[in-house]
Amino acid sequence: MGTDVLVVDDSAAIRKILQRVLRQTGMAIGAVHEAGNGLEALEKLKSLKPGLVLTDINMPAMDGLQLLAALKASEEWRHIPVMMITTEGGESKVGEAVRLGAAGYVRKPFTADQIKEKLAGILAPVLPI
Amino acid sequence: MNLHEMLAESITAACREVFSAMLGVEIERGQADLENTAPDANDGVVSLVGLAGSWTGTGSVACSPAVACRICSHFLLTEFDAVNEEVLDAVAELTNIIIGSVKTDLEQQLGPLGISIPTVIYGRNFKTRSMGAQWTTVRFNWDGAELLVRMALAPTQPSSHARTYTAVHAWPPEL
Repeated sequence: MGTDVLVVDDSAAIRKILQRVLRQTGMAIGAVHEAGNGLEALEKLKSLKPGLVLTDINMPAMDGLQLLAALKASEEWRHIPVMMITTEGGESKVGEAVRLGAAGYVRKPFTADQIKEKLAGILAPVLPI
Repeated sequence: MNLHEMLAESITAACREVFSAMLGVEIERGQADLENTAPDANDGVVSLVGLAGSWTGTGSVACSPAVACRICSHFLLTEFDAVNEEVLDAVAELTNIIIGSVKTDLEQQLGPLGISIPTVIYGRNFKTRSMGAQWTTVRFNWDGAELLVRMALAPTQPSSHARTYTAVHAWPPEL
């Protein structure tokens, strides 16, 4: 039994890559769900209970910062750690994400090791039996 | 270092990093040119993203359908032999990451820049044009196939609409 994850990115390719990378981290990952933007993510969260949200910043309809703000403003969802995965490397958007309560961020392009390192403080590793 | 040299260097570093980290391949840089005229007519896939801020412009990645399929195959570890939605999405995301990396690099010199969501065009005999700006074009070789990364960037004119814009239309135009 692992942590369920919601991956939010407007690129289907990146969602698939993140699915694969999450499985490669060796961490206890449960179901990985997908959403194409912030609005879709909020809709899916009504029926899901993820232990982690990975989200892009630049997306149509509702971007990652708006999604993060909505999650942190919600009694029900504010406890969910949110990791930003973005091409934005500048201080403005990353700084805003941190100010809004993001658990961390990974800059694209990323490697599986970078994702694993960033998630180490959030997700429990799979313990050997 | 002038703007063209700065763009060429930044594009090269970004491409190498993105191809290595996300696709697991090394690409070889070819010639870098400064083009005053519109790029040649294209056959294949062109992906465009806009940049805005104190400087305004466009970044693009252009490649053949075969290279687009190869990009997607490396991204998703599944073989693609025809351009479809997944292939176009992969090229769009590759463009987003490359131009996003260049943007982050340029922001140290040019100040904060915003980046748009990518637009991908797939077809034959079309032409892309950025009005009022020059294109820095960097050619990359990926196992014998060519990939072009272009960027047109100009200072934003105060109190006017964005001076630099991109037009995409069939070429030659119908008369």
